Amino acid sequence: MSTVVLRGFGWRHAGRRAWAVRDVDLRIDDGERVLLLGPSGAGKSTLLAALAGLLPADSGEQAGTVEIDGRSPADARDRVGIVFQDPQTQLVMARSGDDVAFGLENRGVPAAEIWPRVSDALDRVGFPYPITRSTAALSGGEAQRLALAGVLALRPGLLLLDEPTANLDPAGADLVRTAITRSRSSSTLILVEHRVAEALPLVDRVVVLEAGGGIRADGTPEVVFAGYGDRLADEGVWVPGFPLAPQRAIAGSPTSPLAATRAVARAVARAVALVVAEDVAVDKRLNDVSMSVSAGEVLAVTGPNGAGKSTLALVLGGLLAPTGGRVSAFGDPKPPHRWRAATLTSRIGSVFQNPEHQFVTSRVADELAVGPRRLGRTPTEIAGTVDSLLERLRLTKLAAANPYTLSGGEARRLSVATALATAPRLLVLDEPTFGQDRRTWIELVTLLAELRDEGHAVVAVTHDDDFVRTVADRTFALGELSGRPA
Amino acid sequence: MTFVTQPIGNPAAPLARRNPVAKLAAALLFSLPLLSTLDPLTPAIALVIELALLPLFGLRHAVLARHVWPLLLAGAGVLVTMVLFASDRSGTVLVGLGPFDVTTGVLATALGLILRLFAIALPGIVVFATTDPTDLADALVQNAKAPARFAIGALAAFRLLPLLGAEWQMLTLARRARGVDAGRNPAAKVRLFGATAFALLVGALRRGGRLAVAMDARGFDSGLPRTYARRQTFTGADTLLIIGAAGLAAAVLATTITLGLFRPII
Repeated sequence: MSTVVLRGFGWRHAGRRAWAVRDVDLRIDDGERVLLLGPSGAGKSTLLAALAGLLPADSGEQAGTVEIDGRSPADARDRVGIVFQDPQTQLVMARSGDDVAFGLENRGVPAAEIWPRVSDALDRVGFPYPITRSTAALSGGEAQRLALAGVLALRPGLLLLDEPTANLDPAGADLVRTAITRSRSSSTLILVEHRVAEALPLVDRVVVLEAGGGIRADGTPEVVFAGYGDRLADEGVWVPGFPLAPQRAIAGSPTSPLAATRAVARAVARAVALVVAEDVAVDKRLNDVSMSVSAGEVLAVTGPNGAGKSTLALVLGGLLAPTGGRVSAFGDPKPPHRWRAATLTSRIGSVFQNPEHQFVTSRVADELAVGPRRLGRTPTEIAGTVDSLLERLRLTKLAAANPYTLSGGEARRLSVATALATAPRLLVLDEPTFGQDRRTWIELVTLLAELRDEGHAVVAVTHDDDFVRTVADRTFALGELSGRPA
Repeated sequence: MTFVTQPIGNPAAPLARRNPVAKLAAALLFSLPLLSTLDPLTPAIALVIELALLPLFGLRHAVLARHVWPLLLAGAGVLVTMVLFASDRSGTVLVGLGPFDVTTGVLATALGLILRLFAIALPGIVVFATTDPTDLADALVQNAKAPARFAIGALAAFRLLPLLGAEWQMLTLARRARGVDAGRNPAAKVRLFGATAFALLVGALRRGGRLAVAMDARGFDSGLPRTYARRQTFTGADTLLIIGAAGLAAAVLATTITLGLFRPII
């Protein structure tokens, strides 16, 4: 167990004018379990990196002091363990047991002690496979469990968790939270997490960082949320007890009691189906699917991992050729995957799960101009489109920024904006609300509802129950793909 | 895109079980001396020995053949190049094609080159086809005293390689989704390929950076002497394998020299 003391701590990354975090005075005692909150950009991750001794002195400027058990973080590295967001870039070895052993080898633990400590750590996180299990064959949630085991095996006095479930689907996130609970770790814990309701059972104290520096609130969850809950919710923290307003289409609501009205609405919708899929299949990724999407509706595609949801999104988006069945759209005799790219973007916009995959330029404004330019729009038209999209998605201030330097929420908004730049009638999104803070979430859902009411069709692959509840007009559930290799 | 990341042979075979460093040293000692001569007999004898030893490494010829198709392709490439560009077109004309006459001389030169290519590449392929990458890194650190930072770091990077295939597909699809395609214009195709490759590289560097931070967070840069969770032992049998490889190489060269066919490269 470790004690953490910060006095007037601040950090400014080299080459940046603004401090990432500053004026933090904080004492965390042995065995305390702290949830660290704050609006996006308040410096939560920087603070964790500082505690983990991962901010080299030459990479920025420090103010004040940080002490872990009276030592500087650089000297206390062996007492601190940290788990990051991305499971893919935390695992080092090809076999699960070897990966847990990696940290023990680095710390010079005698060989005879390594394997008992490996099995103990794997047992504590509830890792369900033998130690020879290939790390490449693990799901995201399992990989994060393994990463946690790798850190617990080192018996850290201070355990830092930097949004450990942000990249996981709900089932995977549950696995990791269960693992944190069942590990019965006696370490001092500092957790950064947007999803407060799910994190609360793991902590006994909440600390809220202020965006401009300093600490806004500190205390038990009850006290902090009673005093600051509404402001935190406005700033994007998922504070429990703040409901989300439904954004249903005015007509054709699925909760309408009049079955006859619904039948009429459906008949009308079918008449304006933008895309129709008949028995569409993709080898080993998607079983036969028949569906249609109509103008003026938000369709949520749900289903377990590996059911082929993302594959279906690629097929509907005209990006992947189905190996069976047919897709017809916009009255074109050719299926979407055979269209020229420019034609495709004028009809169907796709938003990928990882926004970074989608960026092709080095400036936010250029990114929005790519699509319209490909369609041969005039420079005046392009400038108009770019400006109005920047405005609509609150990106005007970032027009000259590099897309790769944006925060998660900003990158998501930009990726949606790039798809809208060519004004497609159909929008296909893969997990649009995934990992977003509450503020970005509400903005996205409102935007999609507006697009729907303007007569666009929206297809969203999603695991997010809140999304389905608030904005989806119809849900299409994909079943488990049978005969899938493990 | 696929990569051979796991051994394809029977890991319990007598020579497959040998220490990875010993296998690597034996492969080098056996194949490097072959470079000293230009005659076709030396690589031919070496190749016969290599193929005869495959079962001792737990490799079936058919299984190996399926994995060495790039080598077969390279062999075919050598043949085509020789037919098109060989300056020595002596010997009997087999197929009359004017400036591209296929003669016995051309075929003999091509055959010599292909045999050399196969004989020199095969030992290395056998090592990697019978060795788990983790075992190789362990043995390099423990038995060959390679720096752990290099060997384990390379191993971790190697683990990220298979991700590149999926990443490439994603980047290609995303570009199409953004309205960027080359159509039938070959110059645009090259540009698009370059841009996608650059994006792949940038992504790989970012991932590599994150992995490096995660490794250091678990003490990879602690500077303490590392301990070994997995022991790699270097036994008398491993020494014998190396001596055997050197001996076989010497015997092959001795045969060629005795028969007077040795053609030194310099």
